[in-house]
Amino acid sequence: MNFFQILSEIEKVDPEVYDRLDSRRSIFKHMSGLGQKLTAAAIPLAVGAIFNKAYGQTPAGLAANDVLNFALKLEYLEMFFYQQRTLVTSGFSSTTRDALALIGTDETNHVSFLRGVLGTAAITAPTLATFDFTAKGAFNPADATTYLALAQALEDTGVRAYKGAAPLTNVMANKTVLTAALNIHSVEARHASHIRAIRRAAANGSATSVMQGVPVAPYSLAPKSWVSGTDSTTPVTTRATAANVYGSGIDTGAATYGAGTNQGPAAGVYFRAESNVTQGDSTASAGVALSASTSSTFANFPAAAFSEAFDEGLDVTTVASIANNFSVSGTYFN
Amino acid sequence: MSHNLPTGAEPTAADLDRPLYTPIKRRSFFMYAGATAGATALVLAGCGKDDNNSPGMVNVGMGDVGVLNYAYALEQLEADFYTQVRTGSYYMGLAAGSAEKLILDDLYYHEVIHRDFFKAAITGAGATPIKALQTVYPSGTFSSKNSVLTAAKAFEDLGVSAYNGAGQYISSPGYLYLAGKIVSVEARHAAIIRDLLLENSFVANDVVSLTSDNNSSLATNNVGKAGSSLEKSKTPSEVVAIANTYLADGSKLDVSGIR
Repeated sequence: MNFFQILSEIEKVDPEVYDRLDSRRSIFKHMSGLGQKLTAAAIPLAVGAIFNKAYGQTPAGLAANDVLNFALKLEYLEMFFYQQRTLVTSGFSSTTRDALALIGTDETNHVSFLRGVLGTAAITAPTLATFDFTAKGAFNPADATTYLALAQALEDTGVRAYKGAAPLTNVMANKTVLTAALNIHSVEARHASHIRAIRRAAANGSATSVMQGVPVAPYSLAPKSWVSGTDSTTPVTTRATAANVYGSGIDTGAATYGAGTNQGPAAGVYFRAESNVTQGDSTASAGVALSASTSSTFANFPAAAFSEAFDEGLDVTTVASIANNFSVSGTYFN
Repeated sequence: MSHNLPTGAEPTAADLDRPLYTPIKRRSFFMYAGATAGATALVLAGCGKDDNNSPGMVNVGMGDVGVLNYAYALEQLEADFYTQVRTGSYYMGLAAGSAEKLILDDLYYHEVIHRDFFKAAITGAGATPIKALQTVYPSGTFSSKNSVLTAAKAFEDLGVSAYNGAGQYISSPGYLYLAGKIVSVEARHAAIIRDLLLENSFVANDVVSLTSDNNSSLATNNVGKAGSSLEKSKTPSEVVAIANTYLADGSKLDVSGIR
């Protein structure tokens, strides 16, 4: 007897059965995921637990608070960074300004969302004074070109941070928090893609549009909208941080990933440089080494494609060390 | 995981049935039961081994392998799409070295790499990859800029929402991490394709929860609250309802094992 299979059978007959049974259909969705792990006899007890969890006042996922607060700090960094776009008085087209405003809105929304999830467990809100976007005088963020280079570094770091955090035990254990983290992760990747397109357009002489359907000779591919190798095309202004942004993270040792053991070889979670071309390996498997000789289909593929096809995650410690470049104290993200 | 009744000193079937029905309004349960071949058949179905083998459909399977095969299926669709784009009249008419041509080339490389990687990874994990899927596209899909980019947008956005929505069904951290490595590349693709169609549509409200959104509960729909700026992820069943429109009979996907 499988309760969830019955519901599934009914759903085939009447797709709205969950709604008919209970308009709060998520309960049944949650149960179907959880049910796989339970014996039939345990289900009645679990049903009670699920109802408490779903209908209770406390948002689920408090065990992941440290991770969420770290994400919140990163979102604050980005939010204040995009507010500072007004310091750039020349060099942005109106469409670029619109794009930066759109991204800034997203980061502000992410801050609000994460604070809402964390509730009273959220960190004290930082202020603009917490951050230093010159990285102690290394950069001039009022310069349009530098500003966009920094934006790319922050977005790409954000993508790597969420990616590295998703497999954490406490994040995976809470499906709601995990899905929310994934749903922020991909939005950061969309941002990164667009910022890179703006920069690529500028490299090709278009200050006004990322829509580059017109052939330009020679057309500059850099930066691509995706990370290519370790992105040596990153402009000099961010070279200081580029090594970290696109390099490898700390790949061994539980301490680098916080409490828990879901890092390193056993789980197949490695924090490699963005140029990595071996995917899916773990202590139990060699994974797949990707190159033009892996498959006959790949024979004429450019070498860069094999690392571009996969983004790489970063551990919390390495993300913190990158982000601390932009904190006045130098330790805000620790 | 066992779908069969436990043996030994476990409760009897009759004991199990009573509490199981508790959350269901008795009357409506039997109403729906009657809609199939009767209550008995339904209960038997509930005791069945798997939910798979819908006639003529490709069942991706269960557990992590099910999710990997689901991803493999979507990557097959994307890889096939860009393969055909490159032989279509729109692409063939693009100037050598033009931005759109170079971008479409990269998307082709990435998706083919994803597809062949999944096949190798599933095999390497000791499981069986699903078969090569046959695709169908509306006529004219590959002949104009608008039709190529609109279809590409649909596939890339679908891929992002699919990976995000399937993450919760993955039990291995390594596989979840792998999915994360791919989904952000899909999101990068989606953003540039959207921008090629309409500049600054890379985070528009149809894919990211911005200001007006009927789905107001994160927990209910895996969609962020209005104004949360979360990607709108899709469940596997929502995804295949769309993906199956591009798959030929005999290649349509059954994802009922992912749950």
